[in-house]
Amino acid sequence: MTRYRVFAVVALIAGLLLAYFVWVTQADPTSGYRFKLGLDLAGGTELVYKADMSQTALGDRSDALSALQGVIERRVNLFGVAEPLVQTERASTLSGITEDRLIVDLPGVTDIKAATDALGKTPMLEFRLARSASSGQTTDTVTYEATGLTGRYVASATLGFGSGATAGLSAPEVILNFNSDGAKLFEKLTSENVGQQLAIFLDGQLISSPVIQEPIPGGQATISGRFTATEARDLVRNLNFGALPVPITLESSSAVGPTLGAAAISAGVVAGIIGFAVVALFMIAWYRLPGVIAALALAEYLAFMLAVIKVIPVTLTASGIAGLIISVGMAVDANVLIFERTKEELREGKEPREAVHIGFSRAWPAIRDGHLTMIISGVILFWLGTSIVQGFALVFVLGVLASFISAVSLSRVFLLAIVPEHREGTWRFLLGSGIHNP
Amino acid sequence: MYVVTHRGLFFWITGLMLAAAIGAILVFGLPLGIDFTGGSMIQVSYPNGVPPLSTIQSQVDAVPVGTVSVRASGEDAISIRTRTLSQEEHDAILSALSADASVIELSYTAVGPALGSQFANKALWAIFTVILVIMLYIAFAFRKVSRPVPSWGYGLTVVVMLIIDIIVPVGFYAAYAHFTGAEVDSLFIVAMLALLGYVVNDVIVIFDRVREHLAKNEREGNREPFEKTVGRSIDETITRSINTSLTVVLALIALIYFGAEATRTFALVMLVGVVAGTFSSITRSAPLLIPLARWFNREV
Repeated sequence: MTRYRVFAVVALIAGLLLAYFVWVTQADPTSGYRFKLGLDLAGGTELVYKADMSQTALGDRSDALSALQGVIERRVNLFGVAEPLVQTERASTLSGITEDRLIVDLPGVTDIKAATDALGKTPMLEFRLARSASSGQTTDTVTYEATGLTGRYVASATLGFGSGATAGLSAPEVILNFNSDGAKLFEKLTSENVGQQLAIFLDGQLISSPVIQEPIPGGQATISGRFTATEARDLVRNLNFGALPVPITLESSSAVGPTLGAAAISAGVVAGIIGFAVVALFMIAWYRLPGVIAALALAEYLAFMLAVIKVIPVTLTASGIAGLIISVGMAVDANVLIFERTKEELREGKEPREAVHIGFSRAWPAIRDGHLTMIISGVILFWLGTSIVQGFALVFVLGVLASFISAVSLSRVFLLAIVPEHREGTWRFLLGSGIHNP
Repeated sequence: MYVVTHRGLFFWITGLMLAAAIGAILVFGLPLGIDFTGGSMIQVSYPNGVPPLSTIQSQVDAVPVGTVSVRASGEDAISIRTRTLSQEEHDAILSALSADASVIELSYTAVGPALGSQFANKALWAIFTVILVIMLYIAFAFRKVSRPVPSWGYGLTVVVMLIIDIIVPVGFYAAYAHFTGAEVDSLFIVAMLALLGYVVNDVIVIFDRVREHLAKNEREGNREPFEKTVGRSIDETITRSINTSLTVVLALIALIYFGAEATRTFALVMLVGVVAGTFSSITRSAPLLIPLARWFNREV
């Protein structure tokens, strides 16, 4: 019994610590462990694009998709959103997805039009001439003058290694191949501006500004700069994929204003507190002392769930909160099973501790089979996909797992920590719900 | 033993419930939401009170985007459903709405038709897979039981139960949707799948008791009629069945009364499903084993 008491105290302290963790991290607005709210609660926009891979070779699709992700991420950052999320979904028969998708989450953005405009526009790859305008004695201000040469004229870019300035070392270079119109334009441009800087802009951002050494005929340009191999490779990728690597079309979009989400959160919290209180009261009224223990185990269960949701972190949605509240109702199921079994043993005249032990072992197969089948349906739910469904499924599966652990270990430890060997005095009342034999 | 003795009556009640549910589905149909069909949904609130729906309807009908349906959503908000809108059409509807009242756009969702049909497909597959996997798991979990019903008989019974338990809340929803204008959305599918998991858990507890008694009888050489074993098992688990569903029902009622608008219909469907499911697992799951046992042992 001492052993169980030690365990029980440890479990109680652990539960309190978890609850404290949940409370403190939520009270502190700078904490990294605040609840992550889904777009339906925090407000924001979700855009789902379909990537058209029909023109892309099967082997290149993975690369093309990550290049696409890179391009879109850059544009999202330009758009200026806090904590944007750009995800890709590969088509596969396993996941049941039949096309490659790009999912863009923009928290706080409710103007779909502005968002789609910023993301869906063709990127601008531009060559501009740098003109330094000296204004008196102060530092030169550099202005960039459009040349009319854009990404439209680049046929391809490749990565090369030429003999660099330093002997013996090969420096990475980026080789541009223009199409015929581009070649003419480029030749004219370079012959007229030798010694000037030709700046390369992508989506309005300066990527590199090589100096024109000599007129370049033939439509091929080499950008040799002081860049590392990685930088050169990125540049090649940016140039090749300056235009989106694959065409995308907007499949679905959804925007939620901030008021709807705030209302959903407060409603969820109220429903959660009331749901928990009513379930706990019911358990105490029906099972007396074991009911109190079930309520305690349920409180630990909640603290554990909330902490896990914070640490993983699971993005909370309205459906996830609903899943959590329903799981509170379901979590007591294992307790009910065990208590009913224990009661049967008590009715047959067994002494309390023995009855608890037998009750647990008898209830075990049903608890195991029941929880496993619930987990199976939860996992399949998760596979079903869309964010609303997954928000529920993840919480549901976690909840079933946690209730499994809390019922099988916590309730047992708590009960065995206080139930005496013999049923005497007030113990008759405390354990005596529904038992009429003396 | 009450349930087993009167199982004929309960089978009849079940039959009536099923007939009513299927009737509701056939008569009212299931209005599929934009998650399945594709389309756009705009939710706007009127801080100064919602004008009559007919006024709003005529405002949006002036925008050339085909059929537009308008319905109330909560106290001071409405939702408008159309085919998948372009950005310009979306703006046009919003400006039509704000012509003579101040409106706030609460949410906007547009689902392409392709994505919608894919989701419907996937949802059906998911429900089918859940049922299949659960059947296999039960056949496995009860593999040591072979008489008088082989273990796959338990799996089969569960499948029959699950199908009935899905049809009843779907039928309820068909009627509910008919009178309130609600639609089948992805949360509805979530509710169905969660129900599958819940009901199976319920049935397993009763079957587990049957399994235990059968094993004990065999060990001790008791010859007990199968009907009696089933009856005892139901009597012994009935408190647990009712108590567990009560706690879930309490949580669901809290969710319906105090929870977010977005999950209210979801909770209502779950509530109907849990109540009907509990009733059916008590009155039907184990009793269904009896005719099955007779059938397997008909030559004996």
